[in-house]
Amino acid sequence: MAPSLATLKPPARASRNWGELIVEALIRAAGYSAILFVFLILLFLLREGLPTFAEVGLGDLFAVRWYPIEDYFGLLPLIGGSLIVTLGATLLAMPLGLATAVFVAEIAPRWLREILKPLIEVLGGLPSVVLGFMGMLALAPLVRETLNTPTGLTAFTGSILLAGMALPTLVSVAEDALDAVPRSYRDAALALGATPWQTIWRVTVPAARTGVLTAGMLGIGRAIGETMTVMMVTGNAARLPDGLGALFLPVRTMTATIAAEMGEVANGSTHYHVLFTVGLALFLISFLVNLMASAVVFRQKKRSERLLS
Amino acid sequence: MSRHTTQRLAFALLTLAAIVTTAPIVLIVGYIAATGLPAVSWEFLTTMPRDGMRAGGIWPAIVGTGLLTAGTGLVAVPLGIAAAIYLAEYAKDTTLTRAIRIAIINLAGIPSVVYGLFGLGLFVLFLNFGTSILAGCLTLAIMTLPVIISTAEEALRAVPQSFRVVSISLGGTKWQTIRRVVLPQALPGILTGVILGLERAAGETAPILFTAAAFFLPQLPGSAMDATMALPYHLFVISTQIPGMPIQIQYGTALVLLVFVLSMNLIATVIRARARAQRQW
Amino acid sequence: MTTPPPAKITIERLSVQYRDGTESLRDISLSIPAHQITVLFGPAGGGKSTLLRALNRLNDLVDGVRVTGRILLDGEEISGPGVDTVALRRRVGMVFAQPVPLPMSIRQNVVYGLELAGVRDAARREWELEKALRAAALWDEVQDRLDAPAVALSGGQQQRLCLARVLALEPEVILLDEPTSGLDPISTAKVEQSLQEIKRLYTVVIVPHSVQQAARLADQAAFFLQGELVETAAGRELFVTPREARTNDYVTGRFG
Repeated sequence: MAPSLATLKPPARASRNWGELIVEALIRAAGYSAILFVFLILLFLLREGLPTFAEVGLGDLFAVRWYPIEDYFGLLPLIGGSLIVTLGATLLAMPLGLATAVFVAEIAPRWLREILKPLIEVLGGLPSVVLGFMGMLALAPLVRETLNTPTGLTAFTGSILLAGMALPTLVSVAEDALDAVPRSYRDAALALGATPWQTIWRVTVPAARTGVLTAGMLGIGRAIGETMTVMMVTGNAARLPDGLGALFLPVRTMTATIAAEMGEVANGSTHYHVLFTVGLALFLISFLVNLMASAVVFRQKKRSERLLS
Repeated sequence: MSRHTTQRLAFALLTLAAIVTTAPIVLIVGYIAATGLPAVSWEFLTTMPRDGMRAGGIWPAIVGTGLLTAGTGLVAVPLGIAAAIYLAEYAKDTTLTRAIRIAIINLAGIPSVVYGLFGLGLFVLFLNFGTSILAGCLTLAIMTLPVIISTAEEALRAVPQSFRVVSISLGGTKWQTIRRVVLPQALPGILTGVILGLERAAGETAPILFTAAAFFLPQLPGSAMDATMALPYHLFVISTQIPGMPIQIQYGTALVLLVFVLSMNLIATVIRARARAQRQW
Repeated sequence: MTTPPPAKITIERLSVQYRDGTESLRDISLSIPAHQITVLFGPAGGGKSTLLRALNRLNDLVDGVRVTGRILLDGEEISGPGVDTVALRRRVGMVFAQPVPLPMSIRQNVVYGLELAGVRDAARREWELEKALRAAALWDEVQDRLDAPAVALSGGQQQRLCLARVLALEPEVILLDEPTSGLDPISTAKVEQSLQEIKRLYTVVIVPHSVQQAARLADQAAFFLQGELVETAAGRELFVTPREARTNDYVTGRFG
């Protein structure tokens, strides 16, 4: 008989050796690193952005003229530009995304779903610069001709492309929410004589409400932060939008301003600091949007845990 | 209007929405392929740009995007997988763990141009890396991290708990269990997430604008401390900054970028499908 | 058997509580003799599995479990905080109700524990492989396809593979939690026969899946009801002449 394993048994407590302890320490550190990165990002935005408030008065920041060469740093046109493009994108993407999600999750036969889902994933994978490129060459002329505007490079053009960029997130999160609605809800509605459409409209979609809401928020969050596409197709005119009509005029967004101007400013200049302040504002907006979205998700999870226990 | 007419109308509208969402994707990809293909030749792919980029090839941009993607992977993949292992296998439900999750969600939501600002502030200026491949890769890596972490964590969690219990009951330590059973089983899922994350990094422009990208460099970068050309930035430059740019070259560049990015997408899809077919649980 | 055999495991006033306050085991004292089959039986939820999992510290994997009392293995405490649980689990192996072959080949499954324990000698591993598969009555069926994936085996074969996997480690104690619950009668008989043979070398603690199986296997039997150890007796005594009315009601099929 071979020697018993007893002879191989390590002395008590030695089986967690040093190598393993080091690996586990590294894994733990990697886990914490996410927090570190968020703090680092915030720290460096503050470090480069805060001097703005010493150099430019608050009143001058919340003014309507952005013309950095002559030291006009009014942020309102940029904020307005971002808002109007995002608003347009939301109005386009929400109904379209929801309807597509309902179609994919509830109506499409299996084979069609297997085609549509990867296709929408491809849309999510398209580099924003490629979308911007096509937007300039194909969409902008179309917008100019249909709307009979002097230029096709308008907020509306940006909205269309941003809607396209927000769609994959929107569709997939909304579809997950619809999928999570228990089969039994649907069966009960159908058993009561509801048509499939009534079931979808009155039972399934309302039951998936929170998930759908989250999808919308994440989609919007994505749209506000989009840079290259917007910069390439919105015409980059820093003027304050004065109503919905401005949707069909050129605008300039916060993201596009940073991307277009940061390359040309002197490090440490006021213009440089203001651009970092714009970045800081974008950071805080996305932080809030995502915090709210994750609060919804956490609350939902808690509720289901309560129901299960 | 009867219920059934309503239903027919509603379903028609939903179908229309799905068509409106997906048809442009086919149109865009198809159009770029058709218009760009004639411009793509061996010379276009392997030579330097000439005549103020209005002629010649895009070789340095291809190499640059390859280097940036690989460098990003080098940093983000080990870090992301380790963080995912921590969340899936070690972390208990504490306030700290929640803070990590919120941090990851927020990292995923930060606009790419803000990553660019951050990279400029920390890597280019504060750490004095200059506009360089190194600074670009580090910036892109942090941006890619949340994608890798969340998909890898999901893949790890999908591995049945019973495998872990069995391995531990056979005298395995926690790490042995993770390395020998959990990780190999989660590998296809992790790989899919890694590729999707790097796909995004490869196509991004805004984060490298002020950290790594060079407008025009008629040579390949010599070290990680050099700036580089990159496909997405190059497409941006030639389509917006250079008057009289031949349209063929623009579409050709867009096509090469698309192929680069979409082939990564395809690889991820294939890995996922194959793993699903071969899975033993 | 005139003198009582020496105790391999001694359980002293063991209680196990889950975080939500539910008590799984209440004040259990039990002595488990070496080289015998000890049967823990009773209706579901009685704490049998919890006791098994306390013996090789698998309860540690569940958050917020509170254990009081002591468990001694060869006189050495194994229930306290400072115990090397990894080394303990190599001495106390476990077979679960559902056969869980690891997603590897048959060979890799059996030598898995040896590799974890740092056995590098390939010849030694092969020797243990064959010995363990023979002891689990599986060798004849798999010897020519050792590199096939373990999931391809039938349910009964998988469960014997799980037994072989534990035997390869040459533990001192083998715990089995309803090992035949999913098996057909022929596979069940094979597993039971293996147990009768291996008890010469090991100490066996089993939670059977029926009273009949309990009676067939027991050298010592312990009846558990709602976290309490009702009574213990050697051999078949508990099934023939139980002292407690509750035991009698259960073994005669009045409940459970």
